[in-house]
Amino acid sequence: MTIEIALEAKNIIKTYSRGSEHVNAVNGISVTLNKGEFVSFMGPSGSGKTTLINILGCLDNPTQGTLTVANQPVFTSGKPLAETNLTLLRRALFGYIFQRFYLIPTLTVTENIILPLTFYRKTGTHDAVGLMKLLGIEHRSNHLPGELSGGEMQRVAIARALINQPEILLADEPTGNLDSQRSEEIGQILKQLNKTKGITVIMVTHNQELACISDRTIHLRDGIIKD
Amino acid sequence: MKIYQIAYKNLLRKKTRTLLTILGISLSSWVLVSLLGFNKGYEKSLSRDIDQLGFQVLLTAKGCPYEAATLMLKGGTGLKYMDEAVLKQVESYPEVKKVTAMIMHGVFDPNKGQSGGVSAYLGIDPKTYPNLKQYVKFKQGAWFTGATLNEAVLGYEAAELEQREIGDLILVPGTNLELKVVGILQRTGSQDDGTIFVPKQFIQEKFGLKGKITGIGIQVKQKDNITKFEDKLYKLPDVQVVSLAQVKETIMNLVATARVLVLSIAVIAILIAMLGVVNTILMSVFERFQEIGILKSMGAMPLDIFKMIWTETIILCSIGGVVGNLLALGLSIVTDTLIRQILPYTPSGRLVVIDAQLSLTTLVIIICIGIISGIYPAWKAATIRPLESMRSEGA
Ligand SMILES: Nc1ncnc2c1ncn2[C@@H]1O[C@H](COP(=O)(O)OP(=O)(O)OP(=O)(O)O)[C@@H](O)[C@H]1O
Ligand SMILES: [Mg+2]
Repeated sequence: MTIEIALEAKNIIKTYSRGSEHVNAVNGISVTLNKGEFVSFMGPSGSGKTTLINILGCLDNPTQGTLTVANQPVFTSGKPLAETNLTLLRRALFGYIFQRFYLIPTLTVTENIILPLTFYRKTGTHDAVGLMKLLGIEHRSNHLPGELSGGEMQRVAIARALINQPEILLADEPTGNLDSQRSEEIGQILKQLNKTKGITVIMVTHNQELACISDRTIHLRDGIIKD
Repeated sequence: MKIYQIAYKNLLRKKTRTLLTILGISLSSWVLVSLLGFNKGYEKSLSRDIDQLGFQVLLTAKGCPYEAATLMLKGGTGLKYMDEAVLKQVESYPEVKKVTAMIMHGVFDPNKGQSGGVSAYLGIDPKTYPNLKQYVKFKQGAWFTGATLNEAVLGYEAAELEQREIGDLILVPGTNLELKVVGILQRTGSQDDGTIFVPKQFIQEKFGLKGKITGIGIQVKQKDNITKFEDKLYKLPDVQVVSLAQVKETIMNLVATARVLVLSIAVIAILIAMLGVVNTILMSVFERFQEIGILKSMGAMPLDIFKMIWTETIILCSIGGVVGNLLALGLSIVTDTLIRQILPYTPSGRLVVIDAQLSLTTLVIIICIGIISGIYPAWKAATIRPLESMRSEGA
């Protein structure tokens, strides 16, 4: 069985400048993620986790380095694709989940889930009901986000990230706002999606137990990978 | 889900703010519609008033104030007289089609209104006057029979005021003269409504004004070379020529000056409403910074976001424009009354006329304003990067 590469980053550097002060939030990271892999990033606060996964998710430009996603060069020596092409790539490949769920408060659960289809409809099925069933929120379909618990909101956000059947799911502290039991449930959902649908999952977490469910855990400190 | 649906739901988020913004647009479009409607209505009413006079040129005695026409239109006193012999001379001009002599007389009536008022009696020539005023229709009766001089034809409102039917008698206030009502006119919407018409000779004889008249109405054959003809009339001794076209122009110019003022107020109101729209939408864009970033990470293109925010602005302005139009339509009577109190002379009939074309025009103007004021906030939103959402996460 050949292992396919989902994403390959080489020597990524991200420098933030504030006046004469320069901070290398990511200071030369190379990492290769295989298709269908479940990888988690851990590390202390400020170690560059968010910065790195935003670059891996094509949401942010590195200062230097090369990124290839699904065999397409995204950043070559720090030079990004045109913004339009980045959008095209993002919506074709990625689904994003955030610590704060960012649901649209005026839209119902169902409407929030199908919202991405307003802008982009990948060929294939878009089964909002199926996703709600899978995530155990079908009884909430007509509720507004304000009427849901945190765990339920994150499930809605996951369903929204999945509606266009992404190949890679990016999750930056998806359980950061949830208690341990809800965190565990969300972790199980991600694991299940990874196993049954073969979605590549990249997750940032502070939670050791959550990191344990992943295939591989990468520890960061001061912008570099610590073995 | 369509982009306009998302836009619509976004507006429902801050209902009070949305409502206030719509209110601002409504009020300014109300002002705009009323103003444009006023101009249209006023000119129409004025033209009709003047056309219904049946003559294009009025000769009055010299020294009569320039507003003689206004006096005639409103009916009043302080009149100067000229010799009836002028009539013969005017008749001899080839440009003249029809001509009629009139004598206006005002009588103070202590019972009129709260503190008394002037009743206007217009002495007319029963042979020529009806000829000039062919459009006049009678509700009851007809012009004078000629049996006696003591006959009167009442304008619609005069008859209502005096509560007279045909065959009734009316007493000329301050005298012992009685007039028999032989006809009552239909409502015309002009100053005729309030006038009491009597035979010219009645006034000349009973008020010691033999051989005197206050005005000569002239209908010309061709309305085009009227100025040349007017120059000719000026050569007559002791007369003043009042061109009704000129009167109309003078009044319209006066009104235009006032209108420019009001128009600038309307423009300012619209600019303020526009700023209100920009402010509202911009505020909601900033509030939704993260959300818009998320939409972008979902795959929304800048154009999608632009459309969404733009639609919000256009929805606001469209609703505001429609409400403003409805306000203007519903309250046009109120606007009418208000204008009547401000302007020195107002023609009878509707002053504010709002038709479909006008409504549509202003609606288009308001929507264009929406389109323009939406550009900046929409562009601002379209350029938000997907990352902004997460950047502010820690903050
Ligand atoms: N937009 C920015 N401008 C300047 N400096 C930044 C910016 N974003 C992050 N940094 C800095 O980069 C470093 C890494 O930040 P990052 O958010 O990637 O850390 P993190 O590992 O995700 O931390 P946390 O666990 O608290 O989320 C920090 O020192 C941070 O102050
Ligand atoms: Mg972080």
